[in-house]
Amino acid sequence: MYRSHVLVCGGTGCTSSNSGAIIEALEKEIADKGLDKEIKVIKTGCFGLCALGPIMIVYPEGCFYSEVKVEDVPEIVEEHLLKGRIVTRLLYDETVVSEKEIKSLNETNFYKKQKRIALRNCGVIDPENIEEYIAYDGYQALAKCLTEMTPEDVIKVVKDSGLRGRGGGGFPTGMKWEFTSKNAADQKYVVCNADEGDPGAFMDRSVLEGDPHCIIEAMTICGYATGATEGYVYVRAEYPIAVERLQIAIDQAREHGLLGKNIFGSGFDFDLFIRLGAGAFVCGEETALMTSIEGNRGEPRPRPPYPAVKGLFAKPTTENNVETFANIPQIILHGADFFKSMGTERSAGTKVFALGGKIKNTGLVEIPMGTTLREIIEDIGGGVPNGKKFKAAQTGGPSGGCIPASLMDTEIDYDNLTAIGCMMGSGGLIVMDEDNCMVDIAKFFLDFTVDESCGKCAPCRIGTKRLRELLEKVTDGKATMETLDEIEKLAHYIKENSLCGLGQTAPNPVLATLKFFKDEYIAHVVDKKCPAGVCKALLNYSIVADKCKGCTLCARKCPVGAISGSVKEVHTIDTTKCIKCGVCESNCKFGAIIKG
Amino acid sequence: MVKKISSNPFNGTPEQAAKLQAVIEESKHDKSLLMHVMQEAQGIYGYLPIEVQKMIADGMGVPVEKVYGVSTFYAQFSLSPKGEYNFSVCLGTACYVKGAQDLIDKLEEVLGISAKECTPDGKFSLEDCRCIGACGLAPVITVNDEVYGKLEAKDIPGIVAKYQA
Repeated sequence: MYRSHVLVCGGTGCTSSNSGAIIEALEKEIADKGLDKEIKVIKTGCFGLCALGPIMIVYPEGCFYSEVKVEDVPEIVEEHLLKGRIVTRLLYDETVVSEKEIKSLNETNFYKKQKRIALRNCGVIDPENIEEYIAYDGYQALAKCLTEMTPEDVIKVVKDSGLRGRGGGGFPTGMKWEFTSKNAADQKYVVCNADEGDPGAFMDRSVLEGDPHCIIEAMTICGYATGATEGYVYVRAEYPIAVERLQIAIDQAREHGLLGKNIFGSGFDFDLFIRLGAGAFVCGEETALMTSIEGNRGEPRPRPPYPAVKGLFAKPTTENNVETFANIPQIILHGADFFKSMGTERSAGTKVFALGGKIKNTGLVEIPMGTTLREIIEDIGGGVPNGKKFKAAQTGGPSGGCIPASLMDTEIDYDNLTAIGCMMGSGGLIVMDEDNCMVDIAKFFLDFTVDESCGKCAPCRIGTKRLRELLEKVTDGKATMETLDEIEKLAHYIKENSLCGLGQTAPNPVLATLKFFKDEYIAHVVDKKCPAGVCKALLNYSIVADKCKGCTLCARKCPVGAISGSVKEVHTIDTTKCIKCGVCESNCKFGAIIKG
Repeated sequence: MVKKISSNPFNGTPEQAAKLQAVIEESKHDKSLLMHVMQEAQGIYGYLPIEVQKMIADGMGVPVEKVYGVSTFYAQFSLSPKGEYNFSVCLGTACYVKGAQDLIDKLEEVLGISAKECTPDGKFSLEDCRCIGACGLAPVITVNDEVYGKLEAKDIPGIVAKYQA
């Protein structure tokens, strides 16, 4: 028995800010003090509040230390772990009520409104230790399925729960399973899509890093329900920590007889393999993903035939994403009604969002469907920092749209988002403030899809390129109002004629920004101005005569010699030479240089 | 995906070839492991020159155009060598809205090369990359396996200087 447990976040965010060195320092310090029989250090998955990483929690007190540095470790060990005096200075300030009293983490704004189902074990257990997972009801759902339920029973529970695909499409999971189960074949497969391609979303990675066994358990359950005996997890190679922990988990599950032959003595066989993706956004599309697992260029295939009929290696296949699978064990254990009790009528359960961009509490949050965007951004996310104004939230990444400030009270679920021309997507939620140009953002996403278009069908391959050129005209100040009409027409054409989801959704960021921020497009086209001051071709730097002291610093810093003027006299910028690099503005000590 | 193909002469060693051969031996029974072999090969050589692609094609029993096709499809595969220190700027959405483009501009200026290039002495290379999932630290860059987060353009010269010694 240990008297104290120290949990240190080993997710990618905190690892990137050096939590590995903190763990080493902790273990050494604890051993030096002879406390290693009393205190256990555990490396967990992501706690969610990535903005304040590296994060450390000490139990039983539940002290939440944030932004911990290696230099802080001796003090925490000496004061807190040895002498029992909490180091208030290093605590997450929201948890500090007074010098004597601390608040539990679940009462802080960031955690209060969250409901953790898919992320329930992340930041709680040691993901590299199967026994900790088992102690938290792990593999009980699988045991229940194999010993008490028929495959039909399992499918019925999943169907009744109303669970919909969390990868973005929102297709009912139970129906997917049922389709595969009804197709007889000598071999069927289960595939887990962990090719999280949406830039700015990292919930799937966090689940794999923090709770890999729950994916193994859920895939095995899916195998039992659909009649599959082999599974593949397709993970991005960019997620080395996730891959490593998943492999450890698979090995442990095999050792414990939870993967392999005759699981729980039921006669059911199932085994699991990892395949690494190599960075192709289109591989998030289910048929492209399967083509890639087969060792080919990851190009999509026309549907039908659907994967439930002819999927991986031309056999019936069920494909779900990580977050979808992560909900399964809880649904089996607690029943369909438990799951349906959360969320909205047509979107049951919770959804994980990766909050990023211009928001105070960046990180991972899991909220019941039906929570409003305002609650997510203002209450949980802590609002936009630096006193800037909220402009829009982007959801669904390169396939999604944006939600403007006027629609902040929209209740987030699949259908409401679709209704306003947005989409749930995999759950990236990027907040933008007044300094972000919406035309530039639309162009950024199009750059991405142009790069990632696989080239198989012409509407996507050629169409996205032409669409980007039209947008470039806008950001270069060369567009006319007719260009905007052309953009809209081409966008709809691409949507209607592309082969797969990538092309069908690629114009969404353009259409959404055009719908909600048309005035910004018009400012670029008619006034030849970028209101946010982002588009370089439309920017001009000038010197305010009243403020310029003639210090010559800007003239010396200018890389192209565009600034002239003598000492103690007002300087001027030659706009024909200026390359708009902004060096003068950032170096001026008197705020005399303005852009606009 | 447009790829830069290196014109540098290939200088693989027999040790590297032996390592690659061992990987091929383990995998050649299953053609769906082609990407796995290519990932391992890139780990061994640092990139996938045509000579290595031919070795993989011969070993796995697939046409070399298939190997080339796969290597040009996926962002991870590089057809030109990277520098001793590879600077990679995350261009995920979270990083982009927080100024990742400024970091690239600054790196281009400081290193004197543009994105996807390598300095003539082979010391530094620069590339942009897809989301590495450290969105809480945006904007981030990586130098080999080292991650630097919450950066501004003015932090760049200091980071480069660390590797110049």
